[in-house]
Amino acid sequence: MTDIHERALPMTETLVAESPAVGRATIIGGPPPGAATLEARGACAWFGDRLVLEGVDLVMPAGQVTALIGPSGCGKSTFLRLLNRMHELIPGAALDGEILLDGTDIYATGTRAQQVRMRIGMVFQKPNPFPAMSIRENVLAGLKLARLKCDEKDDLVEQSLIRAGLWKEVRDRLDSAGGALSGGQQQRLCIARSLAVQPNVLLMDEPCSALDPTSTRRVEETIDELRGEVTVVIVTHNMQQANRVSDICAFFLAAENQPGAVVEQGPTRKMFENPDDPRTLDYVEGRFG
Amino acid sequence: MSGIDLQDPPTPPSPAPGAGRTKRVVTEVPSVVDRRFNAITMGAGISVLVLLLLVGAFLLIQSSDAISQTGILRFLTRTEWRTDVQPPAIGVLGLLTGTVLVAVVAVLFAVPLSVFCALAITEYSTARRRKWLIGVVDLLAAVPSLLFGLWGFLYLSDKMIPISTWLSQNLGFIPFFHTEKNASLTGSIFIAGVVVALMVLPIITSVTREVFSQTPPGEKEAALALGGTRWGMIRSVVLPYGRGGIIGGSMLGLGRALGETIAVALLLPQVPQRIGDSIHILQNGGATVSGFIANRAGADAFTVSGLMAAGLVLFIITLATNMIASVVVARSRSGAGVDL
Repeated sequence: MTDIHERALPMTETLVAESPAVGRATIIGGPPPGAATLEARGACAWFGDRLVLEGVDLVMPAGQVTALIGPSGCGKSTFLRLLNRMHELIPGAALDGEILLDGTDIYATGTRAQQVRMRIGMVFQKPNPFPAMSIRENVLAGLKLARLKCDEKDDLVEQSLIRAGLWKEVRDRLDSAGGALSGGQQQRLCIARSLAVQPNVLLMDEPCSALDPTSTRRVEETIDELRGEVTVVIVTHNMQQANRVSDICAFFLAAENQPGAVVEQGPTRKMFENPDDPRTLDYVEGRFG
Repeated sequence: MSGIDLQDPPTPPSPAPGAGRTKRVVTEVPSVVDRRFNAITMGAGISVLVLLLLVGAFLLIQSSDAISQTGILRFLTRTEWRTDVQPPAIGVLGLLTGTVLVAVVAVLFAVPLSVFCALAITEYSTARRRKWLIGVVDLLAAVPSLLFGLWGFLYLSDKMIPISTWLSQNLGFIPFFHTEKNASLTGSIFIAGVVVALMVLPIITSVTREVFSQTPPGEKEAALALGGTRWGMIRSVVLPYGRGGIIGGSMLGLGRALGETIAVALLLPQVPQRIGDSIHILQNGGATVSGFIANRAGADAFTVSGLMAAGLVLFIITLATNMIASVVVARSRSGAGVDL
């Protein structure tokens, strides 16, 4: 726990340094404040008749960063998409098990997917800002889409962009098109857009795989600054990144023609230094995968 | 002197980048297969253009009689069409008015219907229902226009009377919606427009559907992941992306509607709109260029020449509409793959 607090410190410094606006703009009808714990119990996923993920039990503690690692095709992204009900958008997709958000199953009858997705935001592998909208409109897009009200829109835009580490670069051109930014800036704009709804959890699906090292570092700093405020679950192929940003790590693996499953999970330091399973050590040291 | 000493010694003028270099000419000798294929495809492309020019030339030559006797300006601005007086007084404006009105009514009805139809196909259907719906819309395009005309004439005309009556009673203050006392409400521009709307629906639906289906999936997922409903996603992602396609498709539909013949020939009395008379789209009356030509074909040489001139005007207008439509579709971010 101590190292979490050590890492959490720079966040406040940056916030104060960058912005005089302290506090948070209030969104009416938005998610409840604070980070939330996400827990998967016996999560399974199918595409058609093919079982791609079996029996995942994983606790993603509130306010911490959980990294999902493992070779391609082992079900990490599928698992991530189970966590905010994006999985069900794919034709033929099915699931089993429970996903608990602060103890409540997000797949319970009567729970709307829109409500779940508002509380559990997502950043995708490929930056996907809305190209027809300005930077400002992009940040506020979630409010419009989820039909939320906010009286301090300017504050919200500024706060979200600061949290995503993009404010300084775009403060003078909030009305120019979001699509005109560089790839790294676009990805941070997408992070700002997700944060503007003030979600309890943020899912990130290989957010840096399309970015250069400098942009990657900025996104990692952003993740670090979010620690404590938002629960972050990140899929990454970059072992150093997983090691740098995460508190908890889960190693996914799929044997040939077998569904993916979690081989080992635990505190990141242990996973990287002395894991219980030899396959985990092989993977994190780059000996296969 | 000392001031000069402090500065850097003047650097010798370096040659401009690329000075003394010439661009090599890269030659590529295409294979025989490529050359033949190239010739065939180019030939096919050029023949379409030649055909278009030939049609234009044919119309121009055939219509020269009528245009030279009437005068081009008079022909374009006169609304009457009288060949029973000497000299004959013919003009295309009355016909054009009817043509444009029918086409506009048709597009106003067809565009919203087509856009929702395209959305139903691309966004709200399972793969199987999507195939089925596309087939049904294509089938609508395959129905001969004569059948639409007959159906409109024999069935729809009567059924539309209550709607026309309601519109004229409640919206009669809008100039075009006014009707005269005891006027017949069948055979109106309104009814012709509704029938033509059904005929242009397939083309508009297929162009917009094509564009909607190219919406980047990443942007759609982003909208849904933010907590948007499907309709919210459509409004913020699909419709803005497809705007060019909607406009272009509507203009293509307009082009079709302007040239639509058999149905309007059956439905409208083909009496040219007279300038000065107020326009009544809800009551019996009106004529369109193509419908008028279809009704009068086979008359004396001078009338035929006049009809050719009217045809030439229609040809130029539809050509211009379609060209603008294709430019709009091509310029929109989503233009690729739209079949013109």
